[in-house]
Amino acid sequence: MTEEQKTVAKSPGSNRWVGQSVARKEEARLLRGQGKFVDDYRLQGTLHVKFVRSAYAHARIASIDVEQARNAPGVAVVLTGAEVAKLVQPFIEIGPDPGGKILDYPMAVDKVHFQGEPVAAVVAESIEAAEDAAELARVDYESLPAVVDAEEALTDGSVLHPSSGTNLVWQGEFEYGDVDGAFSKAAHVIEIDRLHFHRFSSTPLENNVVIAQWDASDNQIYFWCNNSFPAFAIQFLSPALGVGIDQIHFQSHDIGGSFGIKITNYPYMAVCALASRACGGRPVKWVETRTEHMTASAHGNERTFRDTRVALDGDGVITAIESRHIDDCGAYPRYEPLGCIIWAQVLPGAYRVQNMRIHFSQAVTNKCPVGPNRGYSRMQHLWFLERVIDICGHRLGIPADEMRLRNYIKSSEMPYTTPNGCVYDSGDYAAMQRIAKDLIGWDEWQSKIAEARRQGRLIGIGIGTTLDSGTNNFGQSQIINPRAPYSGQSEGANVKLDIYGEIVVSIGSVPQGQGHETTAAQVVADVLNVHPDMVKVRPGFDTDRNVHTGHSGTYASQFAVTGLSAVHGAAAKLKSELSRLASFALGANEDDLEFGVGTQGPEVKDNKSGKSINYWGLANLVNVNNAGLPPDLDVTLNCRYVYRAPFKVPDIQRKYGNLTLTYAAQLHIAVIEIDRETYIPKILGYVAVDDCGRVVNPAIVRGQVFGATAHGIGAALYEDCRYDEAGNLLASTFSDYIPITALNMPRIRYGHLESPSPFSYNGAKGMGEGGAAPVHTVCAALQDALWSSGVIVKDSHNTADSVFRALSTLGLDRGQGLGARD
Amino acid sequence: MPERSDGVSISVTVNGRRHQAEIEARLLLVDFIRENLNLTGTHIGCDTSFCGACTVLLNGSSVKSCTVLAVHAAGGEVTTVEGLAKDGELHPIQQAFKDHYALQCGYCTPGLLMSTCHLLARNPNPTEKDIRKAIAGNCCRCTGYQNIYDAIADAAARVSAARAAGTHGGRAAASAEAR
Ligand code: FES
Ligand code: FES
Repeated sequence: MTEEQKTVAKSPGSNRWVGQSVARKEEARLLRGQGKFVDDYRLQGTLHVKFVRSAYAHARIASIDVEQARNAPGVAVVLTGAEVAKLVQPFIEIGPDPGGKILDYPMAVDKVHFQGEPVAAVVAESIEAAEDAAELARVDYESLPAVVDAEEALTDGSVLHPSSGTNLVWQGEFEYGDVDGAFSKAAHVIEIDRLHFHRFSSTPLENNVVIAQWDASDNQIYFWCNNSFPAFAIQFLSPALGVGIDQIHFQSHDIGGSFGIKITNYPYMAVCALASRACGGRPVKWVETRTEHMTASAHGNERTFRDTRVALDGDGVITAIESRHIDDCGAYPRYEPLGCIIWAQVLPGAYRVQNMRIHFSQAVTNKCPVGPNRGYSRMQHLWFLERVIDICGHRLGIPADEMRLRNYIKSSEMPYTTPNGCVYDSGDYAAMQRIAKDLIGWDEWQSKIAEARRQGRLIGIGIGTTLDSGTNNFGQSQIINPRAPYSGQSEGANVKLDIYGEIVVSIGSVPQGQGHETTAAQVVADVLNVHPDMVKVRPGFDTDRNVHTGHSGTYASQFAVTGLSAVHGAAAKLKSELSRLASFALGANEDDLEFGVGTQGPEVKDNKSGKSINYWGLANLVNVNNAGLPPDLDVTLNCRYVYRAPFKVPDIQRKYGNLTLTYAAQLHIAVIEIDRETYIPKILGYVAVDDCGRVVNPAIVRGQVFGATAHGIGAALYEDCRYDEAGNLLASTFSDYIPITALNMPRIRYGHLESPSPFSYNGAKGMGEGGAAPVHTVCAALQDALWSSGVIVKDSHNTADSVFRALSTLGLDRGQGLGARD
Repeated sequence: MPERSDGVSISVTVNGRRHQAEIEARLLLVDFIRENLNLTGTHIGCDTSFCGACTVLLNGSSVKSCTVLAVHAAGGEVTTVEGLAKDGELHPIQQAFKDHYALQCGYCTPGLLMSTCHLLARNPNPTEKDIRKAIAGNCCRCTGYQNIYDAIADAAARVSAARAAGTHGGRAAASAEAR
């Protein structure tokens, strides 16, 4: 961190608790098996849903016969997709036409578009009865050609959605600087025909779960659900179900991970609500199985990068990049086409390149719809840039560390404005590289690797530099669709003294393991000068707490900024009310008051008289003992604050503007050896250096880094949502998908740097998504191991099998995955 | 349509309490624990016996309760995560998980705690390799496992100390001893 950065960051005030590894509050219940996950709710009279799902990727529903299922024992109701379509409006499409014309209903209506798409819902007294009855449903399909490749989809040979008439969802040109000029002046031009970022999912361990109750007496809908962006879900559900948004009540408590995958479970919420209404308002519960989750919840975006050309000067500095990117969003856009702009938050990655021309398009295919999976849309692009820098470095014979140093944005240039108007708040990528090289023992490895190679071993070292842009500006949606009614970013929180003076915090966020209760308590404890144990933070999300905004949720690496700023603002508001109230109660001057903890708990003390009043006394005065309170002492001790990130709507024509508030950075280094006999890549050393600005809770941040690293390593080497040509998902269970386990997750050496953000009150940056640094890093290390064999790493997923194929078919297989070096 | 299975009467001791129940023969142990006994600390994360979220001790050995029929537990002794803390005091394994930040969402945690009980009852001084093998069947999607390795190594020391001192934790781990 440079001296300038130190001074740029605003002083966070007196921090006693912020910055400490305070033990997590959540543990008290989670360790005892007393967490409250949605499947743990027991509601009187609950009915259970089993979905009948399509075995086909693309087919017309010729007929559907559910009579036998309807008459089966214990069955309350059976809803087909066509019946549901009569009860709802199709979900909103965020994008403009042609994608905007896609009709997305909660279940398939007359066609199925991906394997696992629900066609009917069987609702019964028990899940066993529902499962038994679902087997009696008869659906006749007329199969249609499945299209599983986005580039092929764009030829419109087989169109998924007749209402839009094309598989193209959205396309746009992103051009900045003088690309042609840079190419004409280039000392080197390097071309890469095809790169491919594969489909995977962070697969939270808890599957999707919905309980819905549609109470006909007052037309209120209650959801208990693990959706991780409910403020968004209810904006989709309200028009679809034809109820006011205030009639939708949403509650979550503990959530067993989401990583963005649970954001798009709202179609299932709609079905459960309709089923409940059809059953006289009984609660209806759906607990997704893992196989359902793998086939029909959400996957991450798959992306193909075509015809990439890179201009470099004589020193290996990249001066221009042009490329065509084709994103595959699966059968329905849902949260898309936002991914068509989100990547532009990190347009140049960590690099100074000024001239870029990227044609971006997105297609629907006969695969599971995508959802904004951890690292959403940026990781695909960052992986692309990392492959570019890595391949260029190898081509020009410039060592990996040096190649990056020549291209990194410098810390002295921060805050740095990217060619498309994003402002990188702070950071020092070169310093991170130094830390990471020290931790891994870069120089020692260089000689060890040279020696190993002399023995014929395939071993390589690779660097991945990546960004985790956080607190997004929803205004970027208007670049996709000028009529999109979204911009800015906000989060709400409430801090109050309850009737007995307890400090109670509610937040609009939807934690799934990120420890929000703990970090929020740290912030409040610092504001009021109390112990975090004295701060109660309500678990989970609840619309009826009335704190949320339309942006509320847990996504896009932002809690440390949006959530904690909201908590901080609400706590400060409460403090100012307490101060006025105490000044009245103690007959003191506000300037003489001191906040702290006395023998009777949290209190406010008059330093002049030595008198004090504790929080019970203060709350009592307002809530139950308020005769005689002066009418102009307008305090409620119930303070809501909404934090709004300082954004403008971007320039839609130029696709220019600040798209995210903070830029955390990750720099990873891996050493990988490919076994000469089995071709299994093995990680011999791994370092992760993180910079997320000022750290609120180091242990929590470390945990997020380890978790994101595991997801990335898993994705790079094991996890793959691959489909065959007929659109069958080849990894539809955990046993096929093999999420990374303790057997193959290496130890990580962790390092960190703090470049405080000048844009957040506390200097913190959102983190947690982690930019999929391991995917870039593992690919770079594999590339280093394989370069001399003539192989180019062109796919983000690499296994023993693909390495073996690349090496044994060298010179033959140029199109797919690992390709031969031209 | 599958045949409805006949009712069976079983008696199982769970966390030291005896339960008598009439159940369907096809009922899984995990559903018996979660639905019949309302002990919801035991979780379900998959349908192919892969994830270990459902791990409990059956007669001292860890089992994936999604892969065991409740009738197989008849006459036996089951320990679930709810049976670890005594009089409100965390078991040393739980305490070690807490101190090492070995959980995030906590969905996998009950299963991991039970697998750790099984391990430490048989191997009081596990190496990291032993630890990894012992939890190979417990999937955690949040933590990247590293803090879990550390927590279990630390738990081993704590359980040994508790056993030596005859305090809480030494005994509960002993109850997981193979029979
Ligand atoms: S639920 Fe038992 S192993 Fe996954
Ligand atoms: S802590 Fe979330 S799955 Fe392990």
